[in-house]
Amino acid sequence: MNIVCAGISHRNAPVDIREKFAVGPHELEGMLKRILGIDGLAGAVIVSTCNRVEYYTASVCPIRVLDRLQEVLELRAGAGLTPLYTHDSPASVRHLFRVASGLDSMVLGETEILGQLKQAYQAASGYGATTRHLNKLFQRAFRVAKQVRSETSITRGATSVGAVAVELAGKIFGDLSGRHVMILGAGDTSERTARSLVSRGVRTVIVANRTFDRAARLAGEIGGMAVHFDHWQNAFEGVDILICSTAAPHPIVTREKLEPLLARRDGRPLFIIDLAVPRDAEPSLNELENVYLYDIDSLEQIVRQSLDVRRAEVVRCEQMIDSHVGDFMTWMRTHNDRPV
Amino acid sequence: MDGLLLAGATFFLLVSFGYTLFTLGAGKFRPGTVNLTAILGGFVLLTVDLWMRGQAQGACPINSLFDVLVFMSWSILLIYLLVGPAYHLSLLGAFTSPLVFLILLIAQLGPVGPSASGRFVRDPWIEMHASLTLIAYGAFALAAVAGLMYWTQDRQLKARKAGALLYQLPPITDLGVANARLLWLGFFLLSAGFAAGFISGMQVNSSKFAASVAIWAIYGVILVLRRAHRLPPRRTAAASMLAFAVILVTLPVIQYLSSPK
Repeated sequence: MNIVCAGISHRNAPVDIREKFAVGPHELEGMLKRILGIDGLAGAVIVSTCNRVEYYTASVCPIRVLDRLQEVLELRAGAGLTPLYTHDSPASVRHLFRVASGLDSMVLGETEILGQLKQAYQAASGYGATTRHLNKLFQRAFRVAKQVRSETSITRGATSVGAVAVELAGKIFGDLSGRHVMILGAGDTSERTARSLVSRGVRTVIVANRTFDRAARLAGEIGGMAVHFDHWQNAFEGVDILICSTAAPHPIVTREKLEPLLARRDGRPLFIIDLAVPRDAEPSLNELENVYLYDIDSLEQIVRQSLDVRRAEVVRCEQMIDSHVGDFMTWMRTHNDRPV
Repeated sequence: MDGLLLAGATFFLLVSFGYTLFTLGAGKFRPGTVNLTAILGGFVLLTVDLWMRGQAQGACPINSLFDVLVFMSWSILLIYLLVGPAYHLSLLGAFTSPLVFLILLIAQLGPVGPSASGRFVRDPWIEMHASLTLIAYGAFALAAVAGLMYWTQDRQLKARKAGALLYQLPPITDLGVANARLLWLGFFLLSAGFAAGFISGMQVNSSKFAASVAIWAIYGVILVLRRAHRLPPRRTAAASMLAFAVILVTLPVIQYLSSPK
């Protein structure tokens, strides 16, 4: 028995090609039936996400199956549009383990793919399309991904400015539920960051913008409250996280304005996320007790550090994966001739 | 047997300390089962050691500086095991093990050994006074450790660099809360210990009394200022480290003044 993989991903095809291959949930059963009709193919799992569409099959004659699979996919997507990559075992096994571990993802080490693989496997299993070999393969892939995530730093740190801001907020406050956020200047990045914080449970978002209508609109969208820009200091008392992104040519949040406000906070920490260029918050605010100021450069630096840490872990992850591939291939050899 | 148990406990804590150093050096620190298992192992061995010496002496084994250091090490581990998991402070163990390792090492390498076996005639109130005071010192030790962690996390956040510790240390707000609660716990136990001492009516050397009251007052002032928001969390953390340093310096003096001449 051989494990055969064919597919396209963000690595070899742009989105306008990938979307032609995508298999939606409503099409899954039909597509599985179609490829299970291929002679010599014993079982299949279809993984279809925004970044990849892959077919994992169990077969005794991989070359013939790959040819037929290619034909089926060309029919579906249109001839001449098939930049498929294909692997048979052990390369296909290694590929799945790398995918499950986030090593083949657009953002190295991302973890969403593991959930998507589990869904794909459960769906195929639910339609009776999996075999003993595929069951074993996917169960092993989930184990490998878990081990790689827990024993290396491949998932460490956040990889976008908004995610870093949310992570840092967690490192300052712990649980974010019940925290209060103020946005000074309703820019795109500040809006995304605020939305991320809202998704983590912050209680109140106060939006202050030079154009009050825009503040009111954003506040309405994220369930917050708009205040006039000139009155932001009056609404500041309960604020834990301040996101600044105005177009002002000089700092708005100055030591002179902030120190009297801090005196009324009973020592609660204040996290300032300054996304503006030129900066809205005076750099010296970071020297104040209980104030943690991050500007756009420092956030981007953390993103780069996180990615560097993840890249440095790839070799260790590959070593773990190689070991599991070896184990799986040994299992395959010893269980090759038993009936499925 | 006593020596073996203590050596075993010290070894367990050395393993925890060494593991922390090694993994931190590799930038891959993850507190977890290794630290907790080592601390649990050390705690069990210390408990058995104290129980055996307590049986031999017919009293709580806190009659020499050696005894006091061992009992305090046991108290620190006890408070950690009680408090650490409640606050999800697994890393507190990693910071605690080097401190306890050092105290045990000093106890074993120091000039004073365990008090001689034999039946000590002791007032139970005096025993309660001594043991509660040492358990309070255990809580203060952990408050100092939580303070050190607070300082470390504060420095990481202020430096705006994503070091390995930033991700492993608990949120700074939680560390501030744990620091303050451990100070309160220690202060409560110390006050109870003092009350037991007063009830016993024991005769106390004036220097020992002054040193003990000074320690009680230092922690009292820290807590009052903290409660009144006059001492921000970072300074409370620093104060808890300094105050524990005072305990470590005065402990041998107090023990010397308390020992029968």
